[in-house]
Amino acid sequence: MTAAPIETGLKGSSERDRLARARLLRGLLPALSLVLVLLAIAWLNPRAISYFGFSLMLNLAIPIALATIAQMFVIAGNELDLSIGTFVGFVGCVTATWLKDAPLVGVLILLGSIGVYALLGALIYLRNLPSIVVTLGMSFVWQGLAILILPKPGGKAPDWLLSLMAFKPPLIPFPIIAALLIAAVVHFGLMRTSYGVILRGSGGNAAALERAGWSLLKTKVVLFALAGLFGVLSGMALIGITTSADANIGNGYTLLAIAGVILGGGEFVGGRVSPIGAVIGALTLALAASPLLTFMHIPPDWQVAANGAILIIVLAARMLISRRER
Amino acid sequence: MASLRLLLAKPWIWSFIGVLLVWLATIAFTGGYGGGGMITAALSLAVFTVIVGVGQMFVITLGPGNVDLSLPANIGLASAVAMKVMDGNDAMIAVGLLAAVACGMAIGAANYLLIWALRIPPIIATLSASFIIQSIDISYGRGLQIKPPPGFANFTNWQILGIPVLAILTVLFTIGAAIALQRMIYGRSVLAIGQNIRAAWLAGVNVGRVRFLTYTLSGALGGLDGALLAGYFRGANVDIGNEYLLASIAVVVIGGTSVAGGKANVPGVWGAALFLVLLLTMLNTFGVSAGVRLLLTGLIIVGVITAAGGQKALR
Repeated sequence: MTAAPIETGLKGSSERDRLARARLLRGLLPALSLVLVLLAIAWLNPRAISYFGFSLMLNLAIPIALATIAQMFVIAGNELDLSIGTFVGFVGCVTATWLKDAPLVGVLILLGSIGVYALLGALIYLRNLPSIVVTLGMSFVWQGLAILILPKPGGKAPDWLLSLMAFKPPLIPFPIIAALLIAAVVHFGLMRTSYGVILRGSGGNAAALERAGWSLLKTKVVLFALAGLFGVLSGMALIGITTSADANIGNGYTLLAIAGVILGGGEFVGGRVSPIGAVIGALTLALAASPLLTFMHIPPDWQVAANGAILIIVLAARMLISRRER
Repeated sequence: MASLRLLLAKPWIWSFIGVLLVWLATIAFTGGYGGGGMITAALSLAVFTVIVGVGQMFVITLGPGNVDLSLPANIGLASAVAMKVMDGNDAMIAVGLLAAVACGMAIGAANYLLIWALRIPPIIATLSASFIIQSIDISYGRGLQIKPPPGFANFTNWQILGIPVLAILTVLFTIGAAIALQRMIYGRSVLAIGQNIRAAWLAGVNVGRVRFLTYTLSGALGGLDGALLAGYFRGANVDIGNEYLLASIAVVVIGGTSVAGGKANVPGVWGAALFLVLLLTMLNTFGVSAGVRLLLTGLIIVGVITAAGGQKALR
């Protein structure tokens, strides 16, 4: 799918032209994979490409996109958060209980949990800890708290949240507007503001930033607090859609979020991340995860495998393009 | 005094001190009752974490970003393969074990193939692979209700004077792993790659082959673990390996192996595995609810890593 434009580009143009094309193509790859998945869905089931179809198919994409953005902030600082899934579950449990019954306490708990995320960032920086292990431990903590809050599936989302998530704007389905909004806000904040550059720089060249007088402690705290904030938004959005909560509701999001960031063109080291790419990656995963596979009549047993295969195919395509970039 | 200070400088000593403290706390709670049985139970359960922990340790030692996330799926599939091949027949035990190990090796080799061919980070490669393995396992092991052969089930539960035989064999295996790591060309190459992959390559280490061997080794140990777990718990199960994703990484790091690579510690894997198992036993003895147990486990892992941490990690 990607070979043809490169081949023509190779023939008549100069070296620099070729590199620019490859880089452009690499940047467009996340969008191309999304288009490909959409085309496949349109081909398999034309009726799905409608206002109602998109609202339905992309419903769960909003929390996935928010969790992916949360993970992206952590990855931008060369760390990895293995607890985001259970954190989303914890937030979900708080949303379905405290936030409805005692909104003030609920808000305080959620703000406090963002504070815990900020503290984790400080702890990881000050003690030089491997984030994988710290967040691994935290995943137990969030899961334990979620079970304590909500031992059995249940609870109910606050009414204002339900009506927000059920919002039906004219012409364009709500999930698409939400995705565009998330991507635009985070893109502006991280890619276009000067402190956003510093944040990404803390993953790109921490030593240089430190010598230039920036506090690495502050960048780490800010990145983790932002991850906590978007984790909270993700959990709330999820409960707004599912209406009730379960302590294990977010468990799958950890790996989904990492995959979304990588699918969207992010890299594990070097502060090279892309908010727009991450949102597109999350949408691709959300669409590929079940609607596409259902339309393809893939038995449920093999849906997980299909997710793995999609990841591998996209990464293989990216590798082919990167090789030409060199 | 000097030897004590030397001992305290070893990174793995802390996990064993933790083991002792947790054990004493539990004994104090029960009034001295069941202290021996607790160690027996801890040894039998720790074995399974140690086996995958050693595989994970070699992988993590390869350097930043190297980790095998496919172990749980691998263990699940291998447990099903072992049970199907053995088919409840004592004569097929060796064949079944070999089949499980071969299955694990194939998974490990496939992992490295993805890493090498697609040049993707091992986290994503082993993650995507684990999705596919999981599906194969669900479809292959559906409704699998084969019990392990009686001889195999007895072997995995066999004890001499309260010491599980499997634990004795695993101790021998870990001694072998320590020798391989510190005294053999393969182990030294793994350490060299973890310290500086480019320097190792310039020094003539066959980086590709060593990494391939390491991922295959990790896969093989996952396969072996799956077969043994199926024997111990008397049956295969898709979810049998789930807890070993976190456990295998946690024991490696708590045991004093550097997440940045290039520094490994075999005794620490034993200490950390015993520590985690005893911790769960202690919390169960105290009679806390599932939520509190998870919460405390998490807090203690974070606490231990904060107390023991401090080396420069690249990730």
